[in-house]
Amino acid sequence: MTVLEDLAPPPEVEVKPRGVSRRERWQLRLPLLPALIYTIVVTQIPFLVTLWYSFQSYFWNTPAPASFNGLANYKTVFTSPAFRGSLVRSVVMTVVAVIVAMILGVLFAVLLDRKFLGRSVVRTLMITPFLVMPAAAALVWAGPMLDPQFGLLNYLLQPFGVHHVAWLSTHALGSVILVMIWQWTPFMMLIVLAGLQSQPSDTLEAAKVDGAGPFATFRELTFPHLRPYIELGILLGSIYLVNVFDAVRLMTNGGPGTATTNLPFYLFQQVNNAFDIGGAAATGVVTVILTIIVATFALRMFARVFQFEEA
Amino acid sequence: MTAIPVRDHEPAALRLRRMSGQVGWGVLAWVVGIAFFLPVLWMVITAFKPESAAQTWPPKFVFSPTLAQFRLVFSGWGPFVTHSLIATTVSTVLVLLLGVPGAYALSVHPVPHWRDGLFFFISTKMLPIVAAIGPLYVIALKTHLLDSIWVLIILYTAMNLPLAIWLIRSFMLEVPKEMLEAAELDGAGRIREIGEVILPVISPGLVSTALICVIFAWNELFLALNLTVTNAATMPMFLISSVPQEGLYLAHLSAAATVASVPVILVGWIAQRSLVRGLSMGAIK
Repeated sequence: MTVLEDLAPPPEVEVKPRGVSRRERWQLRLPLLPALIYTIVVTQIPFLVTLWYSFQSYFWNTPAPASFNGLANYKTVFTSPAFRGSLVRSVVMTVVAVIVAMILGVLFAVLLDRKFLGRSVVRTLMITPFLVMPAAAALVWAGPMLDPQFGLLNYLLQPFGVHHVAWLSTHALGSVILVMIWQWTPFMMLIVLAGLQSQPSDTLEAAKVDGAGPFATFRELTFPHLRPYIELGILLGSIYLVNVFDAVRLMTNGGPGTATTNLPFYLFQQVNNAFDIGGAAATGVVTVILTIIVATFALRMFARVFQFEEA
Repeated sequence: MTAIPVRDHEPAALRLRRMSGQVGWGVLAWVVGIAFFLPVLWMVITAFKPESAAQTWPPKFVFSPTLAQFRLVFSGWGPFVTHSLIATTVSTVLVLLLGVPGAYALSVHPVPHWRDGLFFFISTKMLPIVAAIGPLYVIALKTHLLDSIWVLIILYTAMNLPLAIWLIRSFMLEVPKEMLEAAELDGAGRIREIGEVILPVISPGLVSTALICVIFAWNELFLALNLTVTNAATMPMFLISSVPQEGLYLAHLSAAATVASVPVILVGWIAQRSLVRGLSMGAIK
């Protein structure tokens, strides 16, 4: 049986008097310190350095040292259509992929919640796309699956009047999103399925006895019960999908043109093709600020999803 | 007496309809499952083809299978798989070494403001590492960590640590209070409490935590591609190297993709149950 964890305070083994001694407090803190210091050093220092370089002109392929250039990098970020475009594409890719994956995830979870012959086999088949290495998924889709001349998809769609479509040039963004959805639907399904299976069966029985149809039952009972699970899936899915890089780099290389260039790929290009550390840093700072705005809401959602009571 | 409708007594026609309905749902589920699995199956099938049979129209479903592509993969994957194994294993061990005491200090004997600590860790997962990639490159360059396996170990540890702390914490909260109290009465110190009471109870949880960390580290491409070239190139980069500029390659690519994916697929299949808990960071049990 699965339940959402209650993030209530952990059981206090000893009740502490008001004045906890200094020594005791350090004893409590000590085990946390290595992980805390490590995380601060490795995850926060690069962002401080990013802030520093965002005010510098620095190209790593030239011997010239970094030099202060004020807000020039930021001016470029805010005036360049490339940044705006990649930001919009990042949002579109994430939102579409997360929503479609969640809808499919709910549908498949409902299917898998029923008893039928070979259910565990089907479940195993269904979760496999999520386990495939993303780089492998991207390359296999780009090649054996979507190849205009030899691809399996064109072959399967032939009866529907599809003939040798070059998916990656004509429907590049859609193709990348398709692979994202293919990989993340199983994740959503697993989370929703856990929610469905944690539903107390007696309330469902009671609804049946009361003469509620399957749709009314789903709307009135199942869906409210599933809500925290769905929110959790959307939240975690977004955290990972907004950073999608493998599919973009390996399927379309950001193209054709900039049709599939999202923020991670844009930053990758700034560092690897334009050698522009300063520009990449400024782009990064703006990205982080936007992320913090979104993350503030996300963290609140997290707290609610984990049934986190503000004490 | 009130008659309670019992399923055994329902009319045969109705029963038949209900059963065929069930069969219908089952068939639909199978169709969906196979459709989702199809690209993986196609990858494995293509991997056994000779190169000339992989690029045909219509696609070939009957062919004489060959291991030639796999032989080619195994002759070239040496350094890549070694780097991947080192980066994955060492970072996972580090995550557990840092994560167990960290989770302990946030659950069993919680520090003051343990909530802030918990949310600090998760907030680092939301900061996109891609935003700092330029400076990370410069830092790695100046510390001589560029193209060394250590840069990946350090970053993968930081990448998985928040998830591990949340997850291990959720397992530690399940350790029965009585056991902790008994240990305390015995005069066990913190170290003995962790080693003799908590670790034995949560060891299955630690295994599933490690599995999740292994999956994410093994599959990681962005950092590896930006910060390594040859001395620390990992399996995802091996895949990229299996796509040549010209010539036939679909079968070879499929074999490389199969070899790179199979370890994680098998691990995930075996650990399906703990997968859900791990991916939800302990929220779903």
